[in-house]
Amino acid sequence: MTIPSPKREEYDVAVIGAGPAGLAGAALTGKAGLATLLLDENIGPGGQVWRAITTTPVRDKGILGEDYWSGMHLVDEARGCGAEIVQGATVWSLDRNLEIGISVGGAAHLIKAKRVILATGALERPFPIPGWTLPGVMTVGAAQTILKSSGLLPQGRTVIAGQGPLLWLLAAQILRMGGTIDLVLDTTDRRNYLRALPHAAAFLASPYFFKGLAMMREVRARARVVSGVTKIEAAGSGRVETVSYEAGGRNESLPADLFLLHQGVVPNVNLAMAAGVQHTWNDRQLCWSPALDAHGESSVKGVYVAGDGAGIGGALVAVPRGQVAARAVIDTLKPDAGAGLPDHDSLKAALARAERGRAFLDTLFRPPRQFRIPEGETIVCRCEEVTASDIRQSVAIGATGPNQLKAYRRTGMGPCQGRLCGLTVTELMAEARGKSPSEIGYYRLRAPVKPITVSELASLPKNESATKAVERG
Amino acid sequence: MFRRIEEDRRKPVEIIVEGQSITAREGDSVAAALLASGLEVRRATAVSGEPRLPYCMMGVCFDCLVTIDGMGNRQGCLVPVRDGMRIEIQKGKREIGR
Repeated sequence: MTIPSPKREEYDVAVIGAGPAGLAGAALTGKAGLATLLLDENIGPGGQVWRAITTTPVRDKGILGEDYWSGMHLVDEARGCGAEIVQGATVWSLDRNLEIGISVGGAAHLIKAKRVILATGALERPFPIPGWTLPGVMTVGAAQTILKSSGLLPQGRTVIAGQGPLLWLLAAQILRMGGTIDLVLDTTDRRNYLRALPHAAAFLASPYFFKGLAMMREVRARARVVSGVTKIEAAGSGRVETVSYEAGGRNESLPADLFLLHQGVVPNVNLAMAAGVQHTWNDRQLCWSPALDAHGESSVKGVYVAGDGAGIGGALVAVPRGQVAARAVIDTLKPDAGAGLPDHDSLKAALARAERGRAFLDTLFRPPRQFRIPEGETIVCRCEEVTASDIRQSVAIGATGPNQLKAYRRTGMGPCQGRLCGLTVTELMAEARGKSPSEIGYYRLRAPVKPITVSELASLPKNESATKAVERG
Repeated sequence: MFRRIEEDRRKPVEIIVEGQSITAREGDSVAAALLASGLEVRRATAVSGEPRLPYCMMGVCFDCLVTIDGMGNRQGCLVPVRDGMRIEIQKGKREIGR
């Protein structure tokens, strides 16, 4: 099997991530005639929202829905625009000189780009509850990924817990495919309905409004839903066996074979932060977001961030964000090629339309404190198996922030590099020290942002000065 | 935990899991094929040896780490299955030399 790797050493623009933002951005720069490289870690294009869109075995279009299949035209555009697309490419480094370290099929490459569009998307917010590391406990996104890409349907007693649009979408898709759901535990804080009310007018104008309502009705008609859930726990010996919860002061337990968790998504910041892109704490979305100008350009010159990596907006927002960044890249590298393509103002107007209603969703589905900041022996860092009380004890004896905590407990130093614990650690330490998340900060991220072997690194082509630098005598 | 839908018409791919031949489908990731197999595929963590199965299926959690064709610590959710691929469930840390 031949594994495609980048054909050139230098490109006008490298787009990282082939989800909605990356596909839209690459399609535009490719169309403008810029030498475009689109790199993606997955087996096929589509990102998470349009996961496996070119290969899914789920052929009944009604099951995954029109929002899923709407991605096909962007995949076709990106494939037909002259851009070079490399799937299965893990980007492990990006530096200020816009040199990109890539690993494809076990071989490392370094390529240069004049501009970089980071479209690395989102990941699911950590949901640290007792028992969340047990086999059989997965994220809602994980179940949806294998449903789309491999046609795998939950089997046995299935419980879903959390809040947010994706939870209801997955539940609806499972039911449409003939699957069963034993229970949905809705953790939305009831007080959030009032808090979100001032933002409701804008949400009414959003395309998500009617779709969201219809989906929730569809699920409620066919599965048992308990709302106002304030406490959740998974337990079992060697795998999940029971789920316990508290709602309205009542406690219940039920047997479960599969327990799916979700409390929204947050930007996947590892590559951007390691590249030196400045981020700030977003208190409405409870996550780190990059500081960007009107074109999506970051604090690192030539590096743009588009899509959910720039702050959560969903696929409909990601597309115009990718196009705004691409348009800016075209304007700086090859302004004449922009004729006939949508201009900055019209793309920004489309973006503003797509962003309507986000404040409502962020406020309504703001995850409750107890599901973000765990207590006692609940694991926070899944890789190094560090608990909430370990971290509180470290704070008590002097750990000041996430980077000092590494020396105490190795949190964030395992293979996931803080992706599954970083936000929890920031918020937990901020609370324990009576400070804001901004004051506490985040892990200092560095390349390689994904593990690669030393032999891969050693296989990189070397120049004379690099060899001399390590030679003796 | 999971079953395959009947309408799946993708090409079968034979992989070997702990010496046992199983049928996956073209386009499956290793992690998805393992979950669909119904076999005992829990790995053991490097720190305490606790059992784990994949959590995120999108390349961020590293709970799907697995030995593929003799190479340890591969992210099973990012590697597509190939005919004849040999999979070993990783118990504990990756060993030197594999």
